[in-house]
Amino acid sequence: MSTTSAEIKPGKASLFYDPKIRGYVYQFALLAVVGFLIWSAASNAIENLRAQKIASGFGFWHNAAGFDVNQKLIPFSASGSTYGQAFWVGLLNTLLVASIGIVLSTFLGFFVGVARLSSNWIVSKLAMIYVEVIRNLPLLLQLFFWYNAVLKPLPNPRQSIELPAGALLNNRGLYIPDPQLGPGGSLIVWAFLIGIVATFVFRSWARKQQAATGKQYPTGWIGFGLIVVLPTLVYFITGRPITFIYPELAGFNLRGGIQIFPEFVALLIGLTTYTAGFIAEVVRAGILAVSKGQTEAANALGLRSGPTLKLVVIPQAMRVIIPPLTSNYLNLTKNSSLAVAIGYPDLVQVFTGTVLNQTGQAVEVVAITMAVYLTISLVTSLFMNIYNKRMALVER
Amino acid sequence: MGTGPGLAELNRERENPFHQTGDNNMKKVMRAALLAAMGACVAGSALAQGGGTLAQVKGKGTVTCGVGPGLAGFGIPDAQGNWSGLDVDLCRAIAAAIFDDPAKVKFVPLSAKDRFTALQSGEVDLLSRNTTWTMSRDTSLGLNFAGINYYDGQGFMVRKKLGIDSALKLAGASICTQQGTTTELNLADYFRNNKMKYEVVAFASNDETVKAYESGRCDAFTTDASGLYAERLKLSDQSEHIVLPEIISKEPLGPVVRHGDDAWLDIVKWTHFAMLNAEELGVTKANAAEMLKSENPEIKRLLGTEGKFGEAVGLSNDWAYRIVKHMGNYGESFERNVGAGSMLKISRGQNALWTKGGLQYAPPIR
Amino acid sequence: MTDATTEMAPYAFVRKETLEQQPAPLSVAGPLAWIRQHLLSSPLNIALTLLCLYLVIDSVPGLIRFYFLDAVWSGTNRDACLADKVGRPVGACWAYIADRFQYFIYGSYPINQRWRVNIVFVMFALGVAWLLWTSAPKKKLGIFFFFVLLPISAYVLLLGGAGAENFLRTCMIVTLALAALYVILSFVPQIVRFYIGDAALAVVEQLPVWKRFFGPKQLVLFALVVFAFLSLLASGPGLPRVDTGLWGGMTVTFLIAAVGIVFSLPLGVVLALGRRSRLPIVQLLSVIFIEFVRGVPLITVLFMANTMLPLFVPQEYSPDRLLRPLVGVALFAAAYMAEVVRGGLQAMPKGQYEGAMSLGLGYWSMMRLIILPQALRIVIPGIVNTFIGLFKDTTLVTIVGIFDFLRTIEATLVDPTWATPTTRATGYAFAAIFYFLCCWGMSRYSIAVEKRLAAGQKR
Repeated sequence: MSTTSAEIKPGKASLFYDPKIRGYVYQFALLAVVGFLIWSAASNAIENLRAQKIASGFGFWHNAAGFDVNQKLIPFSASGSTYGQAFWVGLLNTLLVASIGIVLSTFLGFFVGVARLSSNWIVSKLAMIYVEVIRNLPLLLQLFFWYNAVLKPLPNPRQSIELPAGALLNNRGLYIPDPQLGPGGSLIVWAFLIGIVATFVFRSWARKQQAATGKQYPTGWIGFGLIVVLPTLVYFITGRPITFIYPELAGFNLRGGIQIFPEFVALLIGLTTYTAGFIAEVVRAGILAVSKGQTEAANALGLRSGPTLKLVVIPQAMRVIIPPLTSNYLNLTKNSSLAVAIGYPDLVQVFTGTVLNQTGQAVEVVAITMAVYLTISLVTSLFMNIYNKRMALVER
Repeated sequence: MGTGPGLAELNRERENPFHQTGDNNMKKVMRAALLAAMGACVAGSALAQGGGTLAQVKGKGTVTCGVGPGLAGFGIPDAQGNWSGLDVDLCRAIAAAIFDDPAKVKFVPLSAKDRFTALQSGEVDLLSRNTTWTMSRDTSLGLNFAGINYYDGQGFMVRKKLGIDSALKLAGASICTQQGTTTELNLADYFRNNKMKYEVVAFASNDETVKAYESGRCDAFTTDASGLYAERLKLSDQSEHIVLPEIISKEPLGPVVRHGDDAWLDIVKWTHFAMLNAEELGVTKANAAEMLKSENPEIKRLLGTEGKFGEAVGLSNDWAYRIVKHMGNYGESFERNVGAGSMLKISRGQNALWTKGGLQYAPPIR
Repeated sequence: MTDATTEMAPYAFVRKETLEQQPAPLSVAGPLAWIRQHLLSSPLNIALTLLCLYLVIDSVPGLIRFYFLDAVWSGTNRDACLADKVGRPVGACWAYIADRFQYFIYGSYPINQRWRVNIVFVMFALGVAWLLWTSAPKKKLGIFFFFVLLPISAYVLLLGGAGAENFLRTCMIVTLALAALYVILSFVPQIVRFYIGDAALAVVEQLPVWKRFFGPKQLVLFALVVFAFLSLLASGPGLPRVDTGLWGGMTVTFLIAAVGIVFSLPLGVVLALGRRSRLPIVQLLSVIFIEFVRGVPLITVLFMANTMLPLFVPQEYSPDRLLRPLVGVALFAAAYMAEVVRGGLQAMPKGQYEGAMSLGLGYWSMMRLIILPQALRIVIPGIVNTFIGLFKDTTLVTIVGIFDFLRTIEATLVDPTWATPTTRATGYAFAAIFYFLCCWGMSRYSIAVEKRLAAGQKR
């Protein structure tokens, strides 16, 4: 676009060469082409749907589903539940695996990223091998590996591996004891919640005190006392009201306890380790972006390497880390759709798989699924942008 | 990058304008020509044709037949890519009736999830792959079922060492199934009716389902009984698994065509009936030529030596003779693919002719 | 100080010759010091070192024993890999890989036609080497080969049949027509005076006949050679049609990756330009497309391509089953490519744009001659990284029923011929080696290019 030349000699340019007019013409042509494409796709779709007598619209949402799902966070059964409820079951399963995966992969990723920069040769080499291997293999292959080669060959329920605290592991999943609250048991939960809130309050108070007087308080120990010791005390005071239902063999499977399905575990391990490989690189790049002078200055002030990392390096590195970290979180959420390959009932498996096949309404089902992921993506980016701005404001 | 005979025409039409402007600017010409060529390569995926399916099939010179992605006895390719099976035989019989050549079939392997879209979109001319005839499929998907070439029902396969002999003892079991099938719904119904609890593990592909069952993830594997026998062949320790006696559903399997093309529906329907009638009348692949001289009026009408029944459906009058000559009758096809002559060794049972106590019954050619 | 004074000096203890250099003390140099510094510098580090050593010693010998020492290298069926049949502990069953190797490469492609796939492989390797080898001659020719001739050849060779041969014939006719055009132009360049202008014409006329319009002539000649080669194959051994349902294995994996890069890169450049455009509608449409595609998982795009694409076109043009995921992957990769290219465009100093404009170049000439060559060069590492992602993502087509390499591995795992306790570990290890070598090789290349580019920026 030669806007500049047009501004200098506006009189000379003929209508044909006027960049403004040209711009309008180009845009109009593009709009016309895109509009035509959309129109023809839509009219073809309507024509095809009518010819094939496929129902359209979202009426199927309230129809009875008639199938079962093994892992469900809300009540769902073949009798009486609708396709709409199947959608929520799938969505919640997606969100469950994504949120746990995000937390775990953040920890693992930071750990590996810091390990790669460790002065310990063997630690940094092992971290490098981990990152290289994980990042250069397709996630689907890793999921197949975890599911088919690691979890499926576990022993059958009759020969379950016994883990500490009454948990059992077999090829049907991990069974952990199910805690049951007796009379007064809710007090423990309250104590736990109060402990958490009190810890936060104390921490912000301690910070203010430190800023004002320079006096430091052992926030870590007090937090531990509030969150762990307090509920434990309440537990004993109320006369140990928590009982556990232990899993035990009944018929084919184990009964009782909380069952964590192997599909879920495989997906979680796969997503966590895969994303952690990428987060590790992000963290490493972020830490390397903090100039060495900062570390040296911190050392000169007498800070040890732990506090240096915690108080000087990481806060500055976070500014570099957060944007790519966000996109890795989103990737993890999107990658959770690979669940369909190993039979974990996530949104894609339940909704784009079973519901699409039972109703045959491809357009509506795929559109809803895409809209869900798009919403998750946009909302996450929005929050991360806000957070990012807050971090950036600290800069002078 | 699809193709079709239409490509050449498309390109020839596009050439001329470029030649006219050719001497104006060579670089643009070359770029445009190559772009057009690539565009044609991408766009030209199929030939636009009018008329019914039969006219299209005759135009293409092949029947495009949607089959299963590999179910022993019903439709499975060998290492060289040659398809065989009961459903495959029906496709070949249709090709034989139209072209007098059973090889003029193009097989498109379709998963359970894709099969109806493929038929609806015109990608295949008919679907012959273990598809259960249900009311909703017949009425709301824009499909027509052209008969029942195998009466089936859903069953369960379990390991022998579980020591159970009835599906009613499966309470609390984990059950592997393939998603997107009627199987998933029948399973839910059965356990609900019998007030038993169970844990369903659903997979997108049949292979994954079988693998999960084999590895012990599930206690039982459920699909159509014929499928259970076929899948058992794939297990490394076949004798360790048994099929439970309960059949929990009616699964009439048959070929499917698009709604609205009755002439094509007739051809598919009557190809199946011709094979049944041939068995009933004792016409086989071996004696078909001899039977042409038969005096039995029913055989004469079947083989086209009397009457003009073939012309009525748009084929030649010896259409049924062609079918039997190339593919044999229904009984032969059954024995060869799933019966005693095959690895599956399924007994005729419900699929015997009505004269022998089964359900296979064809209207007369008259 | 003079020499004499030194000699006469009373300090007898002053050495006259230089002392032999001593090795550094063991505590700061040499292997021991290295170990101390890198492995045992603090109690925490000692603990970490011991933990890591334990991990290595615990896993590595076992892996070596499983995959090499106890492995079975030859055999014809599962009996070769069953411990009780062989009478010794059995590790990886490489015999199974050897037995199924052809299947992993070609899928069910007819055996007597597999030479066609091989030719495409060779051409692909040639094209990749041409583009990636930074000092290869005739880069433009290489780009033309990779982005135009290779797709045409691959289409004609892999699919074959009457349609492909007609298409080849058309390409041949177009090329021949262009060749004739350039022969005429070489002798009478005056014809195109009004297109290239008087000045350029004068330059052209100075050249000897055979050197006029040398660049385009080269391309046409090259295309002619390739098409003649294909025609020779078509008329000699013949190219019967091989339906896409039979394609499989690494062929399909490479095909999807190649289609992804060939179509996504130009499309990505267009989208990036659109996003940076000053025309609001162009910008809006580009942003919508890019953000939409980047916001959804590839699987849903593949599902959409698989189930919705056939609905969006008239029934008689229903796309081939392999074509659908190819379209999906190409569009998906284009959105990511667009963001990478946009990074390059943004990194261009404004002076480059202004310089180009002050020379009187129009938008497209400016982009083609000044901006894109520089912008694309600095984002080569980004492009390669996107491509690594694309290559890994090709595995997802498994889910919509395409027989890519990973699917062929999975398919052989359910085959009772080779059902042994170690087959699965072997198959996955083989797949891992394949994907790792491809992706790791590409990432090394990307790092090398990055270093080369950085070297140019150093002062």
